[in-house]
Amino acid sequence: MVLKARHKRFILIGIGLALIGLAAMLILNAFQSNMVFFYTPTQVAKGEVPHNTGFRIGGLVEVGSIKRGDDGLTVHFVITDTAKTVPVVYKGVLPDLFKEGKGVVAQGSVGVDGLFVASEVLAKHDENYMPPEAAAALKSAQEQSKTLQLPSK
Amino acid sequence: MIPEIGHFSLILALLVALVLGSFPIAGAARGNTVWMGLARPLAGLQFFLIAFAFFCLAYAFAAKDYSVVYVANNSNSQLPLQFRIAAVWGGHEGSLLLWALILSVWTLAVGLFSKHIPDDMRARILGVMGLISVGFLLFMLMVSNPFDRLMPAALDGKDLNPLLQDPGMIFHPPMLYMGYVGFSVAFAFSIAALLGGQLDAAWARWSRPWTIMAWVFLTVGIMAGSNWAYYELGWGGWWFWDAVENASFMPWLVGTALIHSLAVTEKRGSFKAWTVLLAICAFSLSLLGTFLVRSGVLTSVHAFATDPGRGVFILAFLVVVIGGSLLLFAWRATSVGRGGKFAVISRESFLLANNVLLAVAALSVLLGTLYPLFLDALNLGKISVGPPYFDAVFAPLMAPAVFLMGIGPIARWKDAALPELAVRLRWAFAISVLTAITLPLILGNLTPMIGLGLFLAFWVFASSAELVYQRLRKSEGGLLARIRANSRSWWGMVIAHLGIAVFVLGVTVVKGFESEIAVKMNPGDVAHLAGYEFTFDGVESRNGPNYTASHGQIHVSKNGVLRTVLEPEKRLYTVTNMPMSEAGISPHLIHDLYASLGEPLEGGAWSVRIYHKPMVEWIWFGCLMMAFGGLLAILDKRYRLHAHAKNAVPKKGRSA
Repeated sequence: MVLKARHKRFILIGIGLALIGLAAMLILNAFQSNMVFFYTPTQVAKGEVPHNTGFRIGGLVEVGSIKRGDDGLTVHFVITDTAKTVPVVYKGVLPDLFKEGKGVVAQGSVGVDGLFVASEVLAKHDENYMPPEAAAALKSAQEQSKTLQLPSK
Repeated sequence: MIPEIGHFSLILALLVALVLGSFPIAGAARGNTVWMGLARPLAGLQFFLIAFAFFCLAYAFAAKDYSVVYVANNSNSQLPLQFRIAAVWGGHEGSLLLWALILSVWTLAVGLFSKHIPDDMRARILGVMGLISVGFLLFMLMVSNPFDRLMPAALDGKDLNPLLQDPGMIFHPPMLYMGYVGFSVAFAFSIAALLGGQLDAAWARWSRPWTIMAWVFLTVGIMAGSNWAYYELGWGGWWFWDAVENASFMPWLVGTALIHSLAVTEKRGSFKAWTVLLAICAFSLSLLGTFLVRSGVLTSVHAFATDPGRGVFILAFLVVVIGGSLLLFAWRATSVGRGGKFAVISRESFLLANNVLLAVAALSVLLGTLYPLFLDALNLGKISVGPPYFDAVFAPLMAPAVFLMGIGPIARWKDAALPELAVRLRWAFAISVLTAITLPLILGNLTPMIGLGLFLAFWVFASSAELVYQRLRKSEGGLLARIRANSRSWWGMVIAHLGIAVFVLGVTVVKGFESEIAVKMNPGDVAHLAGYEFTFDGVESRNGPNYTASHGQIHVSKNGVLRTVLEPEKRLYTVTNMPMSEAGISPHLIHDLYASLGEPLEGGAWSVRIYHKPMVEWIWFGCLMMAFGGLLAILDKRYRLHAHAKNAVPKKGRSA
């Protein structure tokens, strides 16, 4: 009987380990397939971005670029990192802090015509706060071309 | 002058905490009763000093003293008084002071309500809490002093972030911190047990109410935050898997595992080392959460990592607390002893499975929250891990946990029989499967996720009903007597589990049946959603104390009958020039109708978002039920203060 109980325990531990392994696989797989990468407008212009999956871009909303469709919900605008620009279209209500000349991050995918179709537009709730991705895009553009001046915030 | 007095009070508190963190622990090791006896008066003195410092800072806010940097950065003369006070914890420095204050409150409470605990144990517990306090006070005084002066003084303050100017700001952070910091008590109990080598059923009985109390606060805090996000952000969402939310959710998951593990330790004497490890993890995650949210690491990893003051101090503090306690655990864990044996099929096994699932879930959240930060800090690229990851991971992990919730409370301790369980639960299983299939068909949307969610919710309802029925049947007397025959902690468990079911039901229905539209509306326009007609009456200008608002009005009717009026608002906070949406919500048991204003378009038109959210309120009601269940459990007779140590030995074989 003692031996049997011990065998039972081994089986239990084995099943437990197998389940934990399964959970780990599940988690890592979900992680792998749901990572969203971030690219700067310069990288988009160079064609370094994936064409079949979504990604994020960030930068400033170019001043004077916001154009609304007749339905009032479709919005065209341009994201710039001061070196390159990406045209973006978004259908929906924009966040409160979406403004020309301010930082923005958009998630979506780029079509064959080079238009970035955004499924989500993020602008954070702080006037002085630049989304980390947008700040990084501006910084790397600045480093690549030292002659360009950053627009004052 | 007042801020300097507050600063001085903090310095005195640090000195008191240093003594509290050293002498009582040393006294416990050497059997010096005088040193051990210092712990309780010092806990009181520490509380008084920190509370006084806190009062000084609150006074600076109330009196609009913009010569204090922190006040100038987080307040404004136009800010209403209640938000000026809440602004005390609106930024980094003040949050830390609130943390320290709440830690001193818990320390004081442990000092007051621990008369029945042996002197050396109490001295160690209070000493460990004193050491944590030393860390926080040192941090504040060295690199995050809330009383720093601004020379010359600002004419007016920069204002509190408008997002935080909401009643939610008054309740949510203190509640959440009561939960976070409350786990320091469980942590201190565990460290004290490791130091003293005493970890028995009595120990579990002493630490259980404290741990459950912290868990109750954390549950309510998270629920309040979720509800706040729902009506404040204007997107109709109640959980975003944002790093800030995850920071509070990880300690909750581990804390939930901990209160279940403690139950086994108290009843059966098993899981001792595991309980200690969970207590260490719960508190470590609370610390991590505080710093994630309040240190600025989420805004810029690089600024944080290269900040020679705060960044390095925080990392060092985390390493000392987490690393130190894990080292102590590795060294002393064997001293706490092994527990009773149990069979493969037993309540212990089910609780163990529940613990493992909760711990793995917490790990998966940790991975999704920290991995992007690590990549960024190492310059390996920027990634984000959004809701799809967490959704994909959480459903498969939580579904078995919720399923086991139906079996665990019915299974016997030590050794349970599968056939008996199957017989007892067959009706519950049949009812829940039937409901899971027929209900979505009636409502017209059957997907695997909806079916699974409904099955789990009704499984918990039905199995709990079976459990309660059997218990009441075995008791004697009238219904009231039968209810009373079962302990409050048992009823607490039943109610908390039903709360989970209510929560799962709410999540399933709102995810499966919600609908939304975004439309451009001129005054007089009608939008249709979920059988309702939403008529936009236009907006009018209104002025608040520190904002101007476009106050919208939307009539909602069904078949021509007026049902409710929604009043969404778009505010512009004048000091920061920041726009803010205030959603117009008509909350209801069956469904919420929800509207928020987007932006003004030409000719008095607005872009408007309208949501139909069936049973969304059940989500928060379920959380409140969990918290209420916890409260009921704490009120159990066996945790009463006058319970003597001799009664603390568990009666063998008696089930909960």
